[in-house]
Amino acid sequence: MEEVKVLGSWPSPYGFRVQWALELKGVEYEYIDEDLFNKSDMLLKYNPVHKKIPVLVHNGKSIAESAVILEYIEETWPQNPLLPMDPYERAMARFWLNFVDNKDKAAPFVSFFIGVGEEHEKAAKEAKELLTIFEEQGLGEKKYFGGEEIGMVDLAMGWIAASLGVIEEIVDVKILDAESLPRLHAWVQNFRAYPVIKNNLPDHDKLLENYTKKREMFLASIAT
Amino acid sequence: MKDDIANNMSEEVKLFKTWSTPYGLRVVWALKLKGIQYKAIDEDLSNKSALLLRFNPVHKKVPVLVHNGKPISESLVILEYIDETWKQNPILPEDPFEKARARFWGKFNDEKLIPSIWDAFSREGKEQEDAFVAIMENLKFVEEELKGKKFFGGEKIGLADLAFGSLANLIYVFEELTGLKLVDERYPLLSAWMQKFSELPIIKDNWPPHDKMIIKYQALYEKYHPTK
Repeated sequence: MEEVKVLGSWPSPYGFRVQWALELKGVEYEYIDEDLFNKSDMLLKYNPVHKKIPVLVHNGKSIAESAVILEYIEETWPQNPLLPMDPYERAMARFWLNFVDNKDKAAPFVSFFIGVGEEHEKAAKEAKELLTIFEEQGLGEKKYFGGEEIGMVDLAMGWIAASLGVIEEIVDVKILDAESLPRLHAWVQNFRAYPVIKNNLPDHDKLLENYTKKREMFLASIAT
Repeated sequence: MKDDIANNMSEEVKLFKTWSTPYGLRVVWALKLKGIQYKAIDEDLSNKSALLLRFNPVHKKVPVLVHNGKPISESLVILEYIDETWKQNPILPEDPFEKARARFWGKFNDEKLIPSIWDAFSREGKEQEDAFVAIMENLKFVEEELKGKKFFGGEKIGLADLAFGSLANLIYVFEELTGLKLVDERYPLLSAWMQKFSELPIIKDNWPPHDKMIIKYQALYEKYHPTK
């Protein structure tokens, strides 16, 4: 009997990626939710270097960093592959995984979430430019980033389908609209409707409450 | 005839880099390790070639590996591609957990250690002090990872060694320029690794020239720490 644990912290998209990968491959696991303001001894033991989630624990051995975890899951449970076979296609997928996780690329989305005024307008513009790159160069004419089926890049982009809509609601600005980004917009619908994914998306109302609070907390902290 | 074939082989693989970039260097080492013929194109980043911009339109950076006309960028992605395409002298282990470990440390070098060294190099005052504290913490973890091992990859060098590799050169440059000792007696395993790694033939034969490095980083250092 294999023992698989996932340490996450709802609604972190990095945790979701790992759960989605395991669900798509039909791997049973125990999910443990961490309070990041009060990290458990287990988290500190399993990820002493970064002390962050997600962490995958497989038969007592821990793996940290979501991109590294996804590759491990792919190699350990090869059913329903999340990466293509061809080395060049795999390199392209890894390039996009890298791109999504790059701090500089995440910054506009963070500012879009918690920024105000001029900074917020600038962030919305930059975020939209990045979404355009995702659509034109990442997705292209494909249904999913992974092609006909969901792959690793879809899971990494998954936060867009799972939570960007709620962020847009809170800040009352739309950047992913069907008119200017038709293919990415369609991808969001397709991703959300995908059999395993649709049962593992964050609840809208709970997410709205959580993110509203986060934005308020941040705005309050910079006001003082 | 043999020359033609050799030339055709080396036409298949091109590497865009600069003479000093550590990210390009690790790709050179991987290609040399596997005995892959390639053509190196050293870029002037203040005047990027049209070819580079065509092959890496998203980031416009080096290194870029072009194999049979198809470009791949991001050095760690390139290393994985090389390992999957040319199977001799593997740089990643078979075991998924050990593979994960190698990838984790490759990322650690790129996302934590190098940025902390860069911060200490380019900042001043309190920010520089904080950066030094971060470097020490990071080096502690790296030292821990080397326990019981000759190289990060075990008996032979692997992906993590190639990722950490340029440290074995940059650290000496940094120490010479700043007069500060980074890898001191607190890090005996790391010191030993730096020595062993830099003495390997393919590494030794493919280091950027020390003097040229000093000149380059001296100029950079003075830019960030102008004498008043």
